[in-house]
Amino acid sequence: MTSALGTETAGLGIARGAEEPPSLRALRYWAYQYKRTWRGSITTSFLYPVLYLTAMGIGLGSLVNRHAHEVDHVRYLVFLAPGLLASTAMQIGGNEATYPVMGAIKWMRTYYAMLASPLRVRDVLFGHLGWIAVRLVTVSGIYLGVMAAFGTIVSPWVLLALPAAVLTGLAFAAPIAAFAATQETDTAFSTIYRLVLIPLFLFSGTFFPVTQLPAWLQYVAYATPLYHGVSLCRDLTLGQLHPAGDVAHGLYLVALTTAGLWAALRTYRSRLVV
Amino acid sequence: MTARGLTKRFGQFTAVDAVDFDIEAGESFGFLGPNGAGKTSTMRMISCMSPVTSGTLRVLGLDPAHDGPAIRRRIGLVPQEDTLDLQLTVLDNLVVYGRYFDLPRKVIRERAQHLLEFIQLADRAHERVEPLSGGMKRRLTIARSLVSEPDLLILDEPTTGLDPQARHLVWDRLYRLKQQGVTLVVTTHYMDEAEQLCDRLVIMDGGRIVAEGPPPDLIARYATREVVELRFPADDNAEVAARLDGLAQRHEVLPDRLLLYTDDGERLVEEVRRSGLTPERTLVRRSSLEDVFLHLTGRSLVE
Ligand SMILES: Nc1ncnc2c1ncn2[C@@H]1O[C@H](COP(=O)(O)OP(=O)(O)OP(=O)(O)O)[C@@H](O)[C@H]1O
Ligand SMILES: [Mg+2]
Repeated sequence: MTSALGTETAGLGIARGAEEPPSLRALRYWAYQYKRTWRGSITTSFLYPVLYLTAMGIGLGSLVNRHAHEVDHVRYLVFLAPGLLASTAMQIGGNEATYPVMGAIKWMRTYYAMLASPLRVRDVLFGHLGWIAVRLVTVSGIYLGVMAAFGTIVSPWVLLALPAAVLTGLAFAAPIAAFAATQETDTAFSTIYRLVLIPLFLFSGTFFPVTQLPAWLQYVAYATPLYHGVSLCRDLTLGQLHPAGDVAHGLYLVALTTAGLWAALRTYRSRLVV
Repeated sequence: MTARGLTKRFGQFTAVDAVDFDIEAGESFGFLGPNGAGKTSTMRMISCMSPVTSGTLRVLGLDPAHDGPAIRRRIGLVPQEDTLDLQLTVLDNLVVYGRYFDLPRKVIRERAQHLLEFIQLADRAHERVEPLSGGMKRRLTIARSLVSEPDLLILDEPTTGLDPQARHLVWDRLYRLKQQGVTLVVTTHYMDEAEQLCDRLVIMDGGRIVAEGPPPDLIARYATREVVELRFPADDNAEVAARLDGLAQRHEVLPDRLLLYTDDGERLVEEVRRSGLTPERTLVRRSSLEDVFLHLTGRSLVE
């Protein structure tokens, strides 16, 4: 065999122009993992919006339109679609930041394999969240494609709904990854779904404007990240911009993502570097 | 590599207690010790994965606290617990790992092919890792640690759980790497492994180094040339030992047998017989690192 010894020449022989950023190298791992399951995953990404938009948007929507004519000045389907876009991003962010994070710490121990290489904790974290962002771009992109096919796209501002959805997903993924890294078992994850993600899905304006809620619940809704994600995605998709409000929605999501990243750096360090 | 007063604490608990050692380039160095001795904790510090609590540590001349990534670039690590990706194929495990080191895919593929032949897994390259046997996974972990062509290879119990054949295969491979100039740091609780692989070793117990030197020196220093193992029907070993006092240079009472240290085993067995004792079984053997360990700590290495 060729020498397994790290000689200087061997080192020089492989030296290339630019180094690939370390977090991108960590991201590649997740891409390799995904190679196994991408077919099923992409199919789901198509089916999910098709099923939801058909059942809720067209089926339930025809009933809603008959009674209310319009919700927020548009057909129910058009109203619903951006809400589901944001909710889907939340769900993807949540999924990808729970079990895969636990697996990389406890089951497959992938993070430790990475940390035995030149990668640092922040590369491991940014690589994983970067991959989650890639997934969010794909899933949201497909969702927008399906929305176009359903004829729910009415404004060019919709192009900005893609980054808005990705940001919504990351605003969940970062803090949830921070939390997942503190867990010994996966039991808390189902609690997150039951007590956080599902209630948000139902009450953050995805299916009906939060103004339909009792006043006190409205204030609760305003405090939740999904409300801001849904509102931002909906304003952009419908082209009904409220500049001050939309900037506030965006800032809220950026702040939550940043706080999540900061927390995750801390919890990842204390978990992985002992 | 140099360690001075190297210490690792987990909360109040001291896992590695102010150890000193020097490892030369090209050397093969062992850490021998029972469960919980602090071997893994030490390996994790020298592979720059775990911060040093106190003391100084230089690896490849650099300080792990500041140059962790640069040091790890030149280290191959075989952790005690495998960190393979079970869903990926054998080959993809090597490719993904090589990418962490920023190696071009082409280079990794070339090396991977050689490495898989080297560890005799070439025919499984395109199979998933999950169904492989424990020993195959271990060999794959070793191959993976070599993808980056490290100068320093750190192996934490490389052959635990391997069958004798696989162990010999691994030893043979490690021996060849050593001949190519790779520095080896190995932990083990197998004396035969340490004797086979290590130019020099330290024996650790309770976070401290209790002896240090080349295996034959340690045996010469802490044990006699031969050992007589006696097994008696009843478990009155301590009582019997008292009666044998003076016959051997030294003795050790174990739960199941009695060890007598001497330079001439056959003669000692004769003397035991003449003194009227009838052991159920007698065994004369060359003394080993196990005896050194027993002498130094009063406990058996493999519990
Ligand atoms: N992360 C940790 N937190 C707390 N204690 C730890 C941690 N890691 C190791 N220890 C403790 O430190 C001691 C030394 O452990 P270590 O894993 O270094 O031993 P070892 O010599 O490798 O043992 P073995 O032969 O079983 O692998 C043990 O008592 C262990 O419980
Ligand atoms: Mg260990």
